[in-house]
Amino acid sequence: MTATATRQLTYREAVREGIRDALQRDKRVFLMGEDVGRYGGCFAVSMGLLDEFGPERIRDTPLSESAFVGAGIGAAMRGMRPIVEIMTVNFSLLALDQIVNNAATILHMSGGQFNVPLVIRMSTGGGRQLAAQHSHSLEGWYGHIPGIKVVVPATFEDARGMLWTALEDPNPVLIFEPTVLYPVTGELDGNAGPVDIESARIRRSGADLSLITYGSSLAKTLEAADELADAGIDAEVIDLRSLRPLDDATVIESVARTHHAVIVDEGWRTGSISAEISARIMEQAFYELDAPVERVCSVEVPVPYPKHLEDAALPSVRKIVAASRKVLNVNG
Amino acid sequence: MTVSDTRSTSKTDRVELLRQMLRIRRFEEKCAELYSGSKIRGFLHLYIGEEAIAAGIMQHLSPVDAIVATYREHGHALARGIPMDRLMAEMYGKATGVSGGRGGSMHIFDADTNFYGGNAIVGGGLPLAVGIALADKLRGEPAVTACFFGEGAVAEGEFHESANLASLWKLPIVFFCENNLYAMGTALERSEAQTDLVTKARSYSIEAEAVDGMDVSAISGAAACAIEHARSGRGPYFLELQTYRFRAHSMYDPELYRDRREVEEWRSEHDPLDSLISTMRADDELSDDRLQQIEEQIAAEIDRAVQFAEESAWEPVETLERHVYAEGAAS
Repeated sequence: MTATATRQLTYREAVREGIRDALQRDKRVFLMGEDVGRYGGCFAVSMGLLDEFGPERIRDTPLSESAFVGAGIGAAMRGMRPIVEIMTVNFSLLALDQIVNNAATILHMSGGQFNVPLVIRMSTGGGRQLAAQHSHSLEGWYGHIPGIKVVVPATFEDARGMLWTALEDPNPVLIFEPTVLYPVTGELDGNAGPVDIESARIRRSGADLSLITYGSSLAKTLEAADELADAGIDAEVIDLRSLRPLDDATVIESVARTHHAVIVDEGWRTGSISAEISARIMEQAFYELDAPVERVCSVEVPVPYPKHLEDAALPSVRKIVAASRKVLNVNG
Repeated sequence: MTVSDTRSTSKTDRVELLRQMLRIRRFEEKCAELYSGSKIRGFLHLYIGEEAIAAGIMQHLSPVDAIVATYREHGHALARGIPMDRLMAEMYGKATGVSGGRGGSMHIFDADTNFYGGNAIVGGGLPLAVGIALADKLRGEPAVTACFFGEGAVAEGEFHESANLASLWKLPIVFFCENNLYAMGTALERSEAQTDLVTKARSYSIEAEAVDGMDVSAISGAAACAIEHARSGRGPYFLELQTYRFRAHSMYDPELYRDRREVEEWRSEHDPLDSLISTMRADDELSDDRLQQIEEQIAAEIDRAVQFAEESAWEPVETLERHVYAEGAAS
């Protein structure tokens, strides 16, 4: 086997490569959303694709989230493979009727006759001082809905490779791209290709406790694990990758080994995906636990604009370290 | 504005139109009876009074064309050719129903006839219809999407977003707006500042006209033109069908919002079946014997449909979690 060269690129470029790959592979694929064409995408993800693929396949839409998301559903039911881009998860609420009442239900209501092979991409999360209408993390809400799949690529490989698998899936898949990651530079294997969209990954192995996270909190959690390692604590870090379905097996297997769990979730604590994971650990691994599960979530406030307040509202390395010490009953 | 029309329907067509309209009415009368007998549950929205619309329009659609309808869609389903027995089984919630029993009265789906539902969110079907038309346009298919909705949907943002998008992209879609004057219990003039729906559609640069929704010949002529407009690549068309719902909104509705005399007047003076029968009799196209024969055929078809529904099996509870994710994919 020859060694494959790795490349430097940004997260946004990794997403763009995934989209380009899909457009080249399958004539049924087209990208549709606000400012995806001439503007190049509100986060510059689709920059250059209009010139490459033309306006039929890189379709600028009016500010009509409900109509263009619904149009994506209809086109998918009719045999196309649309990628719909919504600027942010907050704007997706304008299309909630189409996502929840149509995309998630039509297969069921039709008795299995019509499936919806649609991909909806949107940005999520805080960290860029975009205030309370562009910064929320509502992917956990979507994880509540049977009939859709919810994935969050936290790595360059996933940013590049989840899209193709999502397009091949016969069901509607929502891909949440953390806003804060778009400009981040990293390395990608030259052979990077499609990846599964249903399993969690252990991003760091450890024996003392399980840190369970996803999305933009992965980097913070890995940093916290380094800090804990300096203090002699061996933390395992699990990247959930998919919030629906949830990969219970990976989480439970890890907790059964470490007997301690901390969940890091940028969503608000109340009714969050962290609450769901905590409940599943209680249901499936209660007797493996040496201490109650801890959670690091966003403070229950709309995300504020000033940097120091935003930082204080979101999960941080310091909070993850503190929660880890608490669950292990180790003073720092 | 109402079209006064020279576009006429041929005499042989009229017998078929009459038969379709009678099928819808008798089927729904039976459904109301079965509802009272608790055979059909949930919400049941009857189309009685509006039958000329589905019958007049469906005859002009080809098999490749797509239909998006609302929760008041039994008439559209029957006129499109969905078998009555599977439709009745769906009303019962039986596994042999056209949607496998999962949808019920409000969610009739049929892939064989390109019938994309039965949408029970007012306005929710319009974006879907736009997407179906977009897919056809992108693939160069000669198909038209027929999108049915009530005048109540015109107040929804989804109507305005969809009308704009369809017109902007010149999509092959016809918006059939069934204006029965009441959005559940709210009269048009109590919910819309601009009650002329054609004006609203034209504001999106969509070709639009209104037609008497109780006159099947007028509907047929106008629908033929509207569908041809969309099929020929000239973009969407909006056809308002001015009609009236003879029955309550649903079986739960005590009808406190409209005058009983108003309902009686529509029933006695504007019944689309009565007028078609009178016209056909005056033109010497329909004998009493022929009418009786049609009624008997329909009664027999309904009897068979009820028997099919009664005798069909319930889906076992063991398969409850099917059809949440497409088969073959892990959930």
